[in-house]
Amino acid sequence: MDLILVNLIDGLVTGLLLFMLSSGLTLIFSMMGVLNFAHASFYMLGAYFAYQISLALGFWVALLVAPPIVGVAGALVERYGLRRVHKFGHVPELIFTFGLALLIEEVVQFFWGKNQLPFEEPEILDFALFAISGNTIPAYKVFMIFISIAIFIGLLYILTKTRVGLIIQAALTHPNTVETLGHNVPLVFMGVFGVGTALAGVAGVIAGPVLGTFPGMAFLLGSIVFVTIVVGGLGSLPGALVASLLIGWITTFAASYNLEFADVLLAFGLERPADLSESMLADAWTLTLPQIGPILPYILMVLILVFRPYGLMGKRSV
Amino acid sequence: MNTVFKTTIGAAAGVAISAGAAFAAAHGPVKIAFIDPLSGPFATTGTNGLAEWNYAADVLVNSQGGVLGGKQIEIVPFDNKISPKESLIQLQVAIDQGIKYIAQGNSSGVANALTDAINKHNKRNPDNRVLFINYSAVDPALTNDKCNYWHFRFDANADIKMDALTDVMKRDEALKKVYLVGQDYSFGKAVAAAAVKNLGAKRPDVEIVGNELHPIGKVKDFTPYARKIMASGADAVITGNWGSDMVGLGKAIIGAGYKGQIYTYYAASNGITKTFGADGKGVINLVAEGAINPPASDRADAYVKGFEAKYPDHDITQARIANAMEMLAKAIDAAGTADDVAAVAAKLEGMEHESIWGGSVYIRPEDHQAIQDVHIQAHTDEGITNALDNSDFGLVKVSTVEMAALDSPTSCKMKRP
Repeated sequence: MDLILVNLIDGLVTGLLLFMLSSGLTLIFSMMGVLNFAHASFYMLGAYFAYQISLALGFWVALLVAPPIVGVAGALVERYGLRRVHKFGHVPELIFTFGLALLIEEVVQFFWGKNQLPFEEPEILDFALFAISGNTIPAYKVFMIFISIAIFIGLLYILTKTRVGLIIQAALTHPNTVETLGHNVPLVFMGVFGVGTALAGVAGVIAGPVLGTFPGMAFLLGSIVFVTIVVGGLGSLPGALVASLLIGWITTFAASYNLEFADVLLAFGLERPADLSESMLADAWTLTLPQIGPILPYILMVLILVFRPYGLMGKRSV
Repeated sequence: MNTVFKTTIGAAAGVAISAGAAFAAAHGPVKIAFIDPLSGPFATTGTNGLAEWNYAADVLVNSQGGVLGGKQIEIVPFDNKISPKESLIQLQVAIDQGIKYIAQGNSSGVANALTDAINKHNKRNPDNRVLFINYSAVDPALTNDKCNYWHFRFDANADIKMDALTDVMKRDEALKKVYLVGQDYSFGKAVAAAAVKNLGAKRPDVEIVGNELHPIGKVKDFTPYARKIMASGADAVITGNWGSDMVGLGKAIIGAGYKGQIYTYYAASNGITKTFGADGKGVINLVAEGAINPPASDRADAYVKGFEAKYPDHDITQARIANAMEMLAKAIDAAGTADDVAAVAAKLEGMEHESIWGGSVYIRPEDHQAIQDVHIQAHTDEGITNALDNSDFGLVKVSTVEMAALDSPTSCKMKRP
């Protein structure tokens, strides 16, 4: 029972981190109709920039400064890269972002090397806040939870209660109408792209010390972010939140419980063969839940696409 | 006419090239082909190894007057991108250049491919044989079922390391529960199997409370694994993880409030030592040959300091390279030739060598496995003479198993020339 509570907290941390990435991506996706393959690369840039800044000025300055830098970089990419490619259609855009992801990884390796960087959480948060039957919850994780929730509330407020948010929402669905009304839609797009990448940057800054700052970090998180926005529904912020939490909890619980598939096979009345190497189901007999944990979100995505192509809270089809 | 002419030219050129190669082999430096990843994701390990080989050749042999009364040793790097296929191509290139010695270490998959290819080559070309110096690939099969006369392993293999580790655990009365966790592939499985076998034999009272494999390079957050380890009440964790999987697992376990020991094979250097920093102190241990702290002698200390001065971005991560270099030079001198590798191999077999790192190294004739002291080393910042990763932290020897696994069995039945 205690372990369930601990896993709920761990899953919440993972889920909220995922949300910070997917919230930006889902807005960008519904706006341009194109997957931004480089989105997780901006997350990586956030971590690396923050590491470099924290060496000189400390973690808190890095948390404030690194995301805007990433956001500006993202906005410039939209203005001078994507917008030019846009007129050639979706496929060139896709290839552009894909190339960008590879480029960013190489650039990061060029400047910081291939080794994992010693990016640490700030000392003030480097203690165990509380413990549930021996399992300590680091203060830093609680800090991550609060930052993510604050960002969600802030985004929701801006999108639903302010004039800027109304224009963005309108531009997502009816760009031509909004343009006719005299708003600068390309500027809106650039802004959304910049804010989206800046959010990925925030995620990078706070995840870097926990999940590790190394050149493979973007690749590791990249694909799961796409799964999240498809499951949540394109363009839906609450959907992105629900899907992120769902996937965070699924992966955490799957890795936590060593359920064996042998038990399932036994329940079906099969008998465990004495010599596994001869059995056709040899892999199934030795498989455990943690081993297949990482693919569960993809199974979820397939199920969602089959039974609810709009996503959990989306309004239009993928 | 034209074709005949071309063929003649081609043949003449061919003769000239091979004559040139033979000439170089007889009069030039003694060349060692270094076939390891120098680009791609494992380039850090490869370039670090190359620096260690170059330094060992310069300091231990060339500046001491070389081999065979004045010949220098030259390390020739070949990039295999850690692919077995690419390695075989590079091996052929090296052989065509008249190189007689092949050094390789990263990935047992590559080593398995090379040892087969070299064995076949030597059978077919008895006049132009080459020798395989395996300085790091630890798959036990290489000195068991897959052994051959031309392969020499200077690292302690995975079974020997586990044997040494469990010897140390045997003495720890307080130890009650052990958790095994590793990457889901051949090496991770080999480590787990060796741990189960050795612990069962030496400490049947110790309970193995967890034995699991996680997807390699795919786990984003190791916290759930850390929770399971905490819940199991383990006193010790054994893992063969390397790279970011090692750092992720270690940091998660420490973050979850674990107070026991984590025994690892590869949790040092290449950024790992620096990343663990103060958090890893008193928790992270590493099983390996050749401890650099405390230095075994002034000579060893000077060797490490000299290396750090010459290559500030690299560390002495594979101490055995110094042993391999010295022993090979000794064998060449004893054989009186660098070209007849069968004679050199005969001198290497059964050789006992006073290691620069203290203790001695013995090449077991029956399987060509180097038998040497294996140390349990702790990650700490106390008593560090030679730190890693340009940090304050490094590894300090805490206990030693002398001549580990000297009488361990081997299934090797090698054919001698």
